[in-house]
Order: sequence, then C-alpha cells, then structure tokens
Amino acid sequence: MLFLPGNNPNMLINAASLMADAVIFDLEDAVSPAEKDAARILVRNTMKYTDLSVCEVIVRINSVDTPYWKDDINVILPQKPSLILLPKTATARDVRIVSDYMSEVELREGMEIGTVGIMPLIETALGVENAFSIASEERVRALFLGGEDLTADLQCKRTKEGKEIEYARTRLVVAARAAGVDVYDTPFTDVNDDEGIVTDTAFAKSLGFSGKASISPRHIEVINEIFSPTASEIDYAYEVIDAIQLAKAQGKGAISLRGKMIDAPIVARAERTIAMAAALGMARED
Amino acid sequence: MNKTVKSIREAIELSGLKSGMTVSFHHHLRNGDYVLNMVMDEISALGIRDINVNASSLFDVHMPLIEHIKSGTVTEIATDYISSGLGKHFSKGIMEKPIEFRTHGGRPTDIALGRTPIDVAFIAAPTADTMGNCSGKYGKSACGSLGYAFADAMYAKKVVVITDNLVSYPMQDWSISENFVDYVVSVDSIGDPKGIVSGTTKITRDPVGLVMASHAAKVIEASGLLKDGFSFQTGAGGASLAVAKFLKDIMLREKIEGSFGLGGITGYMVDMLQAGCFRNLLDVQCFDLSAVESLRNDPRHMEISSLQYASVLGRSAAVDSLDVVILGATEIDTDFNVNVHTDSNGYIMGGSGGHSDTAAGAKLSMIIAPMFRARLPIVTDRVNCISTPGKDIDVLVTQGGIAVNPRREELRKKLSEAGLPIIDIHDLKEKTEKITGTPTKLVKGDKVVANIIGREGDLLDRIYNVTD
Amino acid sequence: MEILKCASAGTLESSDAYVEIEPASGEVSVSLESVVEKQFGDKIKAAINDVLCEYNVKSASVRVIDRGALECVIRARVETAILRAKGK
Repeated sequence: MLFLPGNNPNMLINAASLMADAVIFDLEDAVSPAEKDAARILVRNTMKYTDLSVCEVIVRINSVDTPYWKDDINVILPQKPSLILLPKTATARDVRIVSDYMSEVELREGMEIGTVGIMPLIETALGVENAFSIASEERVRALFLGGEDLTADLQCKRTKEGKEIEYARTRLVVAARAAGVDVYDTPFTDVNDDEGIVTDTAFAKSLGFSGKASISPRHIEVINEIFSPTASEIDYAYEVIDAIQLAKAQGKGAISLRGKMIDAPIVARAERTIAMAAALGMARED
Repeated sequence: MNKTVKSIREAIELSGLKSGMTVSFHHHLRNGDYVLNMVMDEISALGIRDINVNASSLFDVHMPLIEHIKSGTVTEIATDYISSGLGKHFSKGIMEKPIEFRTHGGRPTDIALGRTPIDVAFIAAPTADTMGNCSGKYGKSACGSLGYAFADAMYAKKVVVITDNLVSYPMQDWSISENFVDYVVSVDSIGDPKGIVSGTTKITRDPVGLVMASHAAKVIEASGLLKDGFSFQTGAGGASLAVAKFLKDIMLREKIEGSFGLGGITGYMVDMLQAGCFRNLLDVQCFDLSAVESLRNDPRHMEISSLQYASVLGRSAAVDSLDVVILGATEIDTDFNVNVHTDSNGYIMGGSGGHSDTAAGAKLSMIIAPMFRARLPIVTDRVNCISTPGKDIDVLVTQGGIAVNPRREELRKKLSEAGLPIIDIHDLKEKTEKITGTPTKLVKGDKVVANIIGREGDLLDRIYNVTD
Repeated sequence: MEILKCASAGTLESSDAYVEIEPASGEVSVSLESVVEKQFGDKIKAAINDVLCEYNVKSASVRVIDRGALECVIRARVETAILRAKGK
C-alpha cells in the first residue's frame, strides 16, 4: 500500500505503474486546507479517467472533526474506491457516523449499501484502547496503524526501532484478528535506510500483520517480498493439503507430516498460503 | 625554443589562421567554458571570416556564437551535441549550411581520416607547462579527463594550448604531450568552476524513476551479463544513477567483481569502483568533482581519448568490450530508432554524444525513459529524427513495461522467464496513448538545418527547421 | 452556473495546469498556452469547453496555462476554478 499526495498530478497519474498492491490517494495530511477542494476533484478525475485496474484504490479522507469529510465522501464514493481510510478514528462511534453517511450517499447514487468498506486509521491512544470495538463495526474491513500521530499522542519519540509502538502493534493485531478483519502496519518513514525497512517489515510480519503501508515506491518491493510466502512455505502448504486429501481418501483420521501432527490450524494456514500464492501468481499449476 | 605567446590574438596570428579555415574546441569545461568565446571574439576582431567551427559539444554558454554566425565570421558548424538554448536558434534556420552532427566516436574518426581536417585546434587546459604538456586533472579549473581533445591535438595542423595554470617545464602526469603543441597561452581564467563540474547529482526520488530503475537493474540481472568481469556505462541522469545504485547493491550482495566502468564518469561510478564493483574506470569526461578527484588520485581510474573510447578507426575501442549501457531518449519509435537530438517540438536540444557508439558496441543497450513526459508519449510510429538506429537498441524500459527489440528474441525469453513485465512496443505505444491521447503529428519545415552522421560516416538522418 | 468572482486553480508545475477564471459579460472566451499546443491544442480546448458546458457557464473569461497535464487533470483544474468562482 503506497501513499500518494492527493493534489500532485504527476504522482496520481502514475499510480498504476508503481508496483503497489494498493494505492492510497491522500486527501488529508498531504493536502493543505486551501487545496482540499482541488485535491478531491483531482483524485475523483484520476479514478474516473485512468485505468487503475492493476491495483486496489484506497482514499484517505479527512477526519470527522474537520469540515471536509462529508464533501470528500460525496465526491469520492461514486468512483467506488475499495476502501475509505478514516484517519484519527478513536471510537466505534466515529466509524458509525461515517458509515451512516456513506450509506446515504450509496443510496443516493444507486449503489448497493456497503459497497465501499472503511479502514479505520488508528493513531491515537484512545483509538488503540478501543481497537476491538472499532474493528467490530460492520463496514470495517481492516485496521491500519498510524505510528507517527500515535507517538505524538503518547507524548513519546518515534524511533526507528519502534519499541514505543510495540504495544499498539500487538494490540491492533489481536483486536483485528478477534474481529475477523485484516490489519496493516504503519509506514517506515526513512526512505534512505535500506536495512531499516527490511527489519521493520519482517517484524510486522512476525507479529501477524496482513501487510504494510509505504510512503516510497522504493519500499514496495521489500514489503511485497517479505509478505509473500516463500517457495518452501508454498511447497509445505501443498504437502499439507496433499497429505490431508490422501488421508481422507484412505479414511484415516489423524495424520502427521514430517513427524508433526496436522491439525485444523495448520490446514487453515496452508489454505491461506496457497490462496496468497495464487493471488501472486506463484501457485502450482494443476 | 619558446612556445609561450602573450595573448590569444598572437597565437591566432602565428597559427596562420585565414578566412575559410577550420578551428576546433573540446567541451570538458562544459557550460563553464570561456575559451571558445574568447577565441571566437579574437577571430572576429581580426576580421577573419567563413570559419568552420568543429567543437565536440556546444553549450548555452556559447551563445555569442550566434552573433558570429550572423556577422559571417562563422559559416559552418560540426559538433556532437548542442544544448537547448543554442539549439532553438539553429532550428529556426539561421545558418546557410546545415550543421554536421557526429558521434563522440565519429568525430575523432573523421578528424584522423582527414574528412574533417582541422587547421587550428584550441585546447582549454586546466594545467599546462611552457612547452604545452597539459592536463585537466590539476588547477583551479580542473575538469578531469581531456578525452575529447586528443584527436584535435594529434591531427590539427596547428595546436594552441590555453591555460589558467601555467607551470614550469616539465609538468608531472600530463595527458596531452608537448609533441603536438605549437603555442601556449596563459589567461586569467579558462572557465567558471561552477559550470565545469556539477555537484553530485542525487539519485532520483521520483517514484516513476525508481520503478524504471528497479526494472532496469532486474533486466541486467536477468540478461546473464551481470557476473565477474561485468562492464557498464550509464548517464548522469537521476534514474540512470538509481540503476547504478541498485546494481551496486546486487553486485556487493552477490560478490560480483566487474571489470570496468566506462564513459562520462560520475561520483556514483567512483563509489562503485571504491566499493570493489569494478577493477577500473575508463574516463573520457568527468561529470562531477568526485570523478575529477578520483581520476587525479586513483591509478585504477584512467583517462582515455575519444578515439579509444568509441572510434571505429582503431583495431578496437572500449565500447567494443562493453557489456551494458544505459541510455536516454526523447523519443523511440516502434522500430526502436531513438531520437536524442530534438525535443518534442522539433527544436535541437542535444545530440548523440556517445549514444550510438555505446549502443553499437555494448552487448546490451538499454533505453530507460518514462512512458510519457508532460503528456507526450515516448513511443512514436517514427521518431522526428534518428540519432541511433533501432538495430543497435536492445530493450526499452519504462514504468509501464519492458519492450524488447524483436531482433533479440533470446533476450526477451530470458526476461520473460525472470518474470519481468514484457510488453510489445506497439502495445506499449497504445497503452501510453490511452493515458495521454494521440498527439497530432508535427509538421516539419522544408529547410535542412542539420545532418546527422552515423559513427561510421554514413548519413543517418536530417533535421529540418521548425516553423511556428 | 454564474461566475461571480475571479478564481484560480492548479499550479505551473510539470504535468499540471493553472487555470484562471473571471466574470465577463455575455460570452465565454478561452485562452490557452500549452507546452504541447502543437500536439494536443485542440483536444485541450475541447476538454475545457466541455467542463464549462457541464457547469452551464454562459459568460466567463478563462485562461489556462498547461504544463503537459493529462486531460483528467485539466478537467479537474477547470472544475475547481469554476466552483471557486461561483462565490458563496
């Protein structure tokens, strides 16, 4: 997921070429108050007139405590982004307010209610504490951690090592998984630190994040590589599935592979790995 | 014997320069050069007319040339590159005779063969001794390599060295030797250091440039050429430098030791030398201070003449041993012909330089360019003019896909097997025009303002005037 | 829509366009300056007029300086300028 500033034509028109799985058109922090109207229309036109079929399109609108968010939704929603990224989400009520308004607009535009999902951006202490109830709201498809604003709210310094947001990270993963939605990690902001991005991304994956956002295309490749299943993981997943099928055919109950019992969670993980491999074009052909 | 003379005027008079003759200049001082203007002003003041100026490149700092053309002092120009400010004037058709564009390899070939004989060569030398041994490595106006000046010095009937750092005989570590030099002139300043070498160009932060650079590095990796002994040339643009950076990472990770880096040398190539990515650098021109310093101090970093760099005249040239070159383009057509001479409106704004020489010599010649610049698609049906023929271009890398010349089917297979986004060049053109719209074709004027001469002396194409 | 005051939108950066719009009496005039005038001049003018029509602008003076913007960008900048000029 790559952030692109909403009022920069040069960036927007190249969105499809930047090798990201998803692009986030930003109407919030990247756009000054005087240009909110211009960015909104520019993003809408980019979505309307250019072919963005190669990636998912997410739009970060302005937060509910600003005068802009309703207009953002009025203009953007008819272009059917896959998600609205809602900044500074602190409570489930924030989500409900936006969701209700989105329903109004969807109705008005003749769209099916719930077409567009919400991804709350959790970047306040209150948001972290309310993560599970936020994630449990109906329109929410994923949580997204915002490290920069969060550390400001926590009154601590944002470091590359990220010790200060470790609690928030694990808390968000648990909340999202408990609610059955995906969860995405905050971007790594030093675009020139080639090792830092690897460590930070590997750590996010190890905690259980579904993916990670980026502010630089230089990081996209690293992130995709780390979050993609490795060849040996894919091979193992197929072995698991093959063993299960064989066991079923032979009418066996418990089975083991490589000396380890195969239970339901292992099968579920194997199925997820294969689904992801298929999405990445790495699936076995048969 | 005394070769030092008091002034440029005296040197011109002693050289026997007459109306109708040819003078030559080299361009290592780039947009900081004072020498060409000082010499041409004196020639004009002496009332000499109909001069043919043969310069390895012309920059906007040479704008006074336009007045010398209007006054009849200069009536012919031969060069390898003209920057955009000057180019506008030429494209409007201010000269009777078309400009002759050559390549950096073709120019010394034709000088050596006497096809473009030089009567008096003026060599801007950052350091020289009283007998004319000179070098670009030392002095306040240091520019590094003097690669393009060697042929001028070797083959001109008379050679004048102009320096702002005259030292006693013999200077140490000269590039061009006294054998060739007739006169030495000391002046206050031969150039503005700010225009001679740039600071370090930063690798691009532009997302599109980074995507292209990443594709380019993978193409090189997948081509099979990136192994011990690898040789490489790249330009000084932000995206080209990003490729060098990505390559450096791969080479260090895989412990690959390349043989040489070639061409105009930047600080990034110096970094690669120092990191052990190459055994040597072969340097025909320095682009920045760190290249100048490295050429001065590091024996692995060697100066070469343009003859050795790229001429077809000798038994071999460095470009013949080159594995990979990364080049730019203002346009490329569906036959892979490349234009680097004119801009999108047909105005002259560049030239081959070493483009076609390296493209012809390298095992893999790659064009790296965005799908479109300011709404103008990079791929066209036919380029405005051919700078480098399509037969010498192997692959085009854009952010929207990689197009391989059909002549290189085996390369296309390799890249495709490596999972790179391959696209037919016609499809790339169509894909781009879907984004930009289809541009209306330019209408060319009816007067030839320049002839483009290929590296082997063949007429490649003509450039026509621009009418408004 | 009526153009009540002067307004502008966009920038002079590459791939963008700068649009100025001001009230005029009884007609719509469009002036265009573009780095790709020769290649896309007609298409750009058509796009500008299209947006003016969409908003039913009957009288205005519009000036566009185009730095090689794609059509969707030019349309966005013209639309923004119109909305800014309608007054509140």
